[in-house]
Amino acid sequence: IHHIVQNGGLYKKPFNEAFEETPMLVAVLTYVGYGVLTLFGYLRDFLRQWKIEKCQNATEREEQKDFVPLYQDFENFYNRNLYMRIRDSWNRPICSVPGAKVDMMERVSHDYNWTFTYTGRVIKDVINMGSYNYLGFAQNSGACQEAAAEVLSRYGAGVCSTRQEMGNLDKHEELEKLVARFLGVESAMAYGMGFATNSMNIPALVNKGCLILSDELNHASLVLGARLSGATIRVFKHNNMQSLEKLLRDAIVHGQPRTRRPWKKILILVEGIYSMEGSIVRLPEVIALKKKYKSYLYLDEAHSIGALGPSGRGVVEYFGLNPEDVDVMMGTFTKSFGAAGGYIGGKKELIDYLRIHSHSAVYATSLSPPVVQQIITSMKCIMGEDGSSIGKTCVQQLAENTRYFRRRLKEMGFIIYGNEDSPVVPLMLYMPAKIGAFGREMLKRNIGVVVVGFPATPIIESRARFCLSAAHTKEILDTALKEISEVGDLLQVKYSRHRLVPLLDRPFDETTYEETED
Amino acid sequence: MDIKRVKDYFYWLYFQYLLITCSYVLEPWEQSMFHTITVTVLAMVLYTAYVFIPIHVRLAFEFFSQMFGGQSESTV
Repeated sequence: IHHIVQNGGLYKKPFNEAFEETPMLVAVLTYVGYGVLTLFGYLRDFLRQWKIEKCQNATEREEQKDFVPLYQDFENFYNRNLYMRIRDSWNRPICSVPGAKVDMMERVSHDYNWTFTYTGRVIKDVINMGSYNYLGFAQNSGACQEAAAEVLSRYGAGVCSTRQEMGNLDKHEELEKLVARFLGVESAMAYGMGFATNSMNIPALVNKGCLILSDELNHASLVLGARLSGATIRVFKHNNMQSLEKLLRDAIVHGQPRTRRPWKKILILVEGIYSMEGSIVRLPEVIALKKKYKSYLYLDEAHSIGALGPSGRGVVEYFGLNPEDVDVMMGTFTKSFGAAGGYIGGKKELIDYLRIHSHSAVYATSLSPPVVQQIITSMKCIMGEDGSSIGKTCVQQLAENTRYFRRRLKEMGFIIYGNEDSPVVPLMLYMPAKIGAFGREMLKRNIGVVVVGFPATPIIESRARFCLSAAHTKEILDTALKEISEVGDLLQVKYSRHRLVPLLDRPFDETTYEETED
Repeated sequence: MDIKRVKDYFYWLYFQYLLITCSYVLEPWEQSMFHTITVTVLAMVLYTAYVFIPIHVRLAFEFFSQMFGGQSESTV
């Protein structure tokens, strides 16, 4: 059953998002598993402290034993007792371009993941379901690579300066004009690192006396930027428009906490696609709220640019909205364009202000020229300006792959979170032993997946996250689906009982101010 | 062939037990310790059930039948 949300004409097509509830037995067993691991963790800590066992993790030195303890909190306990035991599923070194298939270096551990040694063997052609390669531009041959190689031989690899000093190349100007044209905004600015774009530009836009309303599940870069700015931060429930509206009304009615003065600015921070849930923001409703209460919107399209929309222009095009309604459009070049860096787009006055006041423009090195050329070539390819239809085919292939993959996984009986159209597919595993087992079993069958546990997700909701790509052909997807089904039967992770929690969709009225539950 | 399938099935059940109780990620000596404790506790539970449950069931049956049996006798 798909709950179709049609909110008085704001949505032009059905918005299918579902988060199936955790089965009770699975939740209880997950807690049992964590309980066993915690008990054994205490036992090992006891042995390590009384020197019965060799201590291989970081501890304080002898002289510092009387100081404030550094490693006693839960994070460090989790790290040395739970994360270390399954750590071979992460930080796996790859030694080829991360396209649809990738080569991985094999490594073994003889002391239970405390140290790794390389056997020297390379596992070839592992199907890559973990790279953010949505449109397949991570290639080492083709038009992008040739253009980047030519620019590399002309400009070199290093820029050796910041944007404001001597690091402003003509390539950067060309890139920014192109990005502004791609997004449909007046002007844009590009930075060297996507994380730094968020964390260094939000402090330039807001400061003390402003209010930030940020989604529960925002990325660490947005949270860091918000905290660095010094503004007051209030958090609304994930993708919940009633919660956001309640916060907006309270903010405008009550003003700043002590002085009751009106807020200088209210900034709403949302993301296009949330990478851990696979959900898409309810952008038409957010824009309606923003206009009603006269606040500003900062949209982080890190995962959705290039991946959503009929011509890959992101979540604004996906919903058929006007890009001028979003005040600050931010995105990264890492995911769909196969390069590195981030951008911010918006009105000309805003971008001119950021050119002067952004920390990243003043202190951080600008983008490297071959990377800029890769972005330029891939963006022109997506827009269709290089004369071929490769871009359009890629965008359509990604949409088809997404729908097919999600449909097949749901039919098999896995619990899949998120929106039907998002290329990020989280598959719920829940139990801690299954995290390690899933990663290892999939690698044995030559498929590389990313498994995620605490602290990136809530402690019982650990998952395996698949990132689809336009480079995946149907045969690759079929092979992967067959292996996923096999491993799912082996590990018994097909938990779905096909009972979807209906999304809360009450029409807004004056009386829904109490805590809403989903 | 059938014996192999039965053995595979029992190995799969053992694997599920390892996954659910998270002893799959423990080191071998920790696993032995955990299995010993689990088997001991399970054995004690089963023994207690064997010793006490039949006697309790019989006593409960007698108590209830005496109550209802006494009633029907008095009406006759």
